[in-house]
Amino acid sequence: MTNEITKNYSIQVFDVCVEFENTLALDNVSFSVPKGVLTGVVGPNGGGKSTLFNSIAGLQKITHGKILINGISSKNIKGKISYVPQREQVNWRFPLSVKDVVSLGRIWRGNILQKFGFSDDQIIKDSLKKVDMWQYRKDLVNNLSGGQRQRTFIARALAQETEILLLDEAFSGVDVASQDGVIDILRNLKNEGKTILIATHDLNNLSERFDSVLCINRHICAHGDPEKVFTPEVLTELYGAHGEKFAEHNIGSHNNGD
Amino acid sequence: MAKNLPNITLEVTIMGIELITEPLQYSFILRALVICVLVGVMCPFLGAFVINREMGFMGDALAHSVLPGMVVAYSVGFSPIIGATPNAIIVALAIGFIVKKTKLSNDTSIGIIFSTLFSIGLITISFLGGTTINVEDILLGEVLSTTTTDVFVTTLLTIFLLIVMIILYKPMIFTGFDFEGAKVAGIPSEKLDYLLLVLLSIVIVITLQVIGVILVIGMLITPAAASSMIAKRFPQIIIIGIAFGVFSSVLGLYLSYYFNLPSGPSIALVSSSIFGLSLIKKWITR
Repeated sequence: MTNEITKNYSIQVFDVCVEFENTLALDNVSFSVPKGVLTGVVGPNGGGKSTLFNSIAGLQKITHGKILINGISSKNIKGKISYVPQREQVNWRFPLSVKDVVSLGRIWRGNILQKFGFSDDQIIKDSLKKVDMWQYRKDLVNNLSGGQRQRTFIARALAQETEILLLDEAFSGVDVASQDGVIDILRNLKNEGKTILIATHDLNNLSERFDSVLCINRHICAHGDPEKVFTPEVLTELYGAHGEKFAEHNIGSHNNGD
Repeated sequence: MAKNLPNITLEVTIMGIELITEPLQYSFILRALVICVLVGVMCPFLGAFVINREMGFMGDALAHSVLPGMVVAYSVGFSPIIGATPNAIIVALAIGFIVKKTKLSNDTSIGIIFSTLFSIGLITISFLGGTTINVEDILLGEVLSTTTTDVFVTTLLTIFLLIVMIILYKPMIFTGFDFEGAKVAGIPSEKLDYLLLVLLSIVIVITLQVIGVILVIGMLITPAAASSMIAKRFPQIIIIGIAFGVFSSVLGLYLSYYFNLPSGPSIALVSSSIFGLSLIKKWITR
């Protein structure tokens, strides 16, 4: 039964809790994302979106629960997920061209030459063309607009040839027209079978942009069709007080890893 | 008049060649030249990472922190480089550990370790050194007094550094540019950061012989910074930086020979002059 379920899902999160000293950042979070679905993850600042992404990517140790990526524990999936970080996490001072950044996606892949980044030009070229950035390949990434930077990172994710893409705060610093361009690219990738999670603060046009929406405010408030999930109760839960709804969950209650 | 031009050109050429070859008859100059070239290659290579990851203060602190190791090695009759190498590696790892594990900011942690070890070094000089240790040589460098052992150890360390940097070049760039993204891609970014500190400490130890504790930071960052005024992409910064680094250290050495100047400051000033010219070029071409 579990194997059957695993076959259909790229990401499965079971009862996950994450604690930071005195803060319960994720509280009994459970959900599953089927393969080939574009999911928007919405919630307030400090609601746990980035912690959730870090946990899925294996960057964050979870206090309780488990996460399966294509049926494998997230602790053992390094290199199987592509991750587009928040804008402020990137060292833009580093003088790399668009092509340099995309070529980083080929590290550790292929034969010995490819491992050291001396080959793989065709995959890099294809990835850049797919996001319409080939003509900017020689430009420095720190000279690009927000939308072009995101497309460059998506090209890097494509060069990594992974099935799952996580984009943290994908539209921060990206103008509306460029956001639509990025979404079009991501929808095409989704149609090719990629599973994509995007954390965003923007609640506009969610139903046009995403197949599914995950609402998180340290706990899962709702998950499903963007046109149906935003009930008044969910919005209160999402942007209201977390403590009122989940008073029975206390810090330290999941320390045993059971 | 025009007839004499070829003769004058020939004489100038011969004079130029003699200026270059004349000092090379001395073995101490040859040894110094080899070390200067090696330092000129390695400093900008690591320096490109240092300036783009804002690790300049870390480099300066490492240079000052190796004083105890150098003094102890000096006082027991070994080459200072033999004492400085393990000292630098231990300090680099300790700084890396404290920065990652405490809530203190980078510069606070680095500042504490740097001032503590530099003070220990100076007190060790007064205890062990007496009049046998030339403090000026340690602080400002004296490449003309390097031994064959120094050349041998420096060459080995440089080869080791070059091999490691070439193998880990791309993962190091990935980590420096996008730490979290690199980790998700399966790169052990934290370990690579520690390794970068170890490599940095080795380069600093090599450079100490040429330019001394105080001026190391100049050689580490100035050629790479000058290169970044001209070059656009990271690999170009490294290549042009190496050209600047080798030119600075060799020309500085010759200037110190012909004008009887201290070698460390001569090299540092040539390097700074190249930076100034690069800056002017950037302003003009902007």
